[in-house]
Amino acid sequence: MKITDETIAHVSLLAQLELGEEEKKKAAAEMEKMLTYIETLETLDTEAVEPLTHLFASDNVFREDIPSGENGAEAALKNAPLVKDGMFKVPKTIG
Amino acid sequence: MDVSKITASELAAKIKTGEYQAPEVVTQYFQRMEACEDKVNAFVTLDKERALAKAEDVQARIAKGETLGVLAGVPVAIKDNLSTKGLRTTCSSKMLENYYPTFSATAVERLEAAGAIVIGKTNMDEFAMGSTTETSAFGVTRNPWDLTRVPGGSSGGSCAAVAAGECAFSLGSDTGGSIRQPAGHCGVVGLKPTYGTISRYGLIAYGSSLDQIGPVTRSVADAALILEVLAGPDEKDATSVRREHYDFRSALTEDVKGLKIGVPKEYFSQGLDTEVAEEIKKALDILADKGAIVTEFALGLTEYAVPAYYVMASAEASSNLSRFDGVKYGYRTTVYDDLAQMYKRTRSEGFGEEVKRRIMLGSFVLSAGYYDAYYLKALKAKALIKERFTQAFSQFDVVVAPVAPTTAPKLGESLKDPLQMYLSDIYTISANLAGLPGITLPIGKDLKGLPIGIQILGDCFQEKAILKAAYALEKSRPYQAPAIGKGGEVDE
Repeated sequence: MKITDETIAHVSLLAQLELGEEEKKKAAAEMEKMLTYIETLETLDTEAVEPLTHLFASDNVFREDIPSGENGAEAALKNAPLVKDGMFKVPKTIG
Repeated sequence: MDVSKITASELAAKIKTGEYQAPEVVTQYFQRMEACEDKVNAFVTLDKERALAKAEDVQARIAKGETLGVLAGVPVAIKDNLSTKGLRTTCSSKMLENYYPTFSATAVERLEAAGAIVIGKTNMDEFAMGSTTETSAFGVTRNPWDLTRVPGGSSGGSCAAVAAGECAFSLGSDTGGSIRQPAGHCGVVGLKPTYGTISRYGLIAYGSSLDQIGPVTRSVADAALILEVLAGPDEKDATSVRREHYDFRSALTEDVKGLKIGVPKEYFSQGLDTEVAEEIKKALDILADKGAIVTEFALGLTEYAVPAYYVMASAEASSNLSRFDGVKYGYRTTVYDDLAQMYKRTRSEGFGEEVKRRIMLGSFVLSAGYYDAYYLKALKAKALIKERFTQAFSQFDVVVAPVAPTTAPKLGESLKDPLQMYLSDIYTISANLAGLPGITLPIGKDLKGLPIGIQILGDCFQEKAILKAAYALEKSRPYQAPAIGKGGEVDE
């Protein structure tokens, strides 16, 4: 399938990626090549086939809702790029 | 004491009886790294101080006569996508360059509970996306058999470290062959268990429906032993399964009399290097001589495995990797005007080329208008492929296949053409699609002196069948270690 500039722009938005002009061209060419190959699947008759989402039939796994483990907040915050008052700091989200 | 070729089982026994001292063993492995790492570069992070402290602790407990775990004092290297509490875990990505997990993966916890000592984290393709370990943000790992070649991937660091004798064994992860293929290229044993056998809790996810952790070892017996330590349900992983039996070592007999081996014709028809094909035929003859019944058959649908896999793996990756947004952990870009730009720049700068390629493809196949045609279609193909294996295993106990079309490629060759690289996963990918267990072990070498591996696949939950066949084959060819820095020579 043909990958247009609009498709790349749309997919970049979904993927939350910002591509440079050269990167966009390369991405379009590569995606086109890959999708053409993936389209091999079209020759496979899947008319009456159910998609296989889980390999083994299994029920939901439940456990009692009891708090356990340690409070890892302090340790977790150490990994954050920016922290303020014990919270993750992000740029202003509402104008 | 030469710890570079000893198996984990033998090492555990020697430490238990007092023949070897645990701190001395750990020191020996770090000396081995000093001698090899500038050539091989199997590790991203080393943890010498803590490893030595743990070894002292093990030794003190032995002195007190305490009963210890089956891996007490045995040094292990962990792939850098498995979380290790307080020890840097990067996924070989700039995105996680300074990430220190606040918890350990269940697999790591189980090894430590059995007494194993983590000595470091191994290099990999970034976020496990690649077949050569060249997409790592921290430099390539070189194949210990020939330093101009790749170790395979994505668990290339884990396999190179075991081959180079820098640890007693290691852990890898396998989404489309990422344990079995580098094990083949490095001449070591690599086992991917049935999906759900080992908890994925703490494994930084790539393709969750395909990912499975497994051991990389210098013997089949080690693989069975370590699987016993790792396997079992975990309430932290809802896809982990409770199995009927966990006595994997009971399969370590050479008795393959009457074992029914299926050999898919398609895998030997085209694209397979003739030297690799020859060695596999020889291995099948050995098994036949021992009483196994070898039969060729048509598996079918083999051409659909790779395309179905790349749709599913990329789709799951695009979702799993959305968590890397520069807020909670990992890299954050320095220049941005607002939140949306911060996300985009963080991800564009933090991820490498191959990861971005797969996130883009995954986002596309899941997008409105294309979901049915690509993603659902791939899930239907998966159902049919699974069905073919179910049919095969109604006739055969195990299926024998190549690991890769060739022995280890030269550095720099594979990334030129991503599609070509993806196609080389043809023999390993089906096991992930169908959830099957698979083991790779070395069976010979090509004229260049590079290891040739064989892959043995079993039906779901039939690890014992593949371990038995692998054990019988291994007995006919003792383990060989590379003479590092030379060209395919054996270190006697």
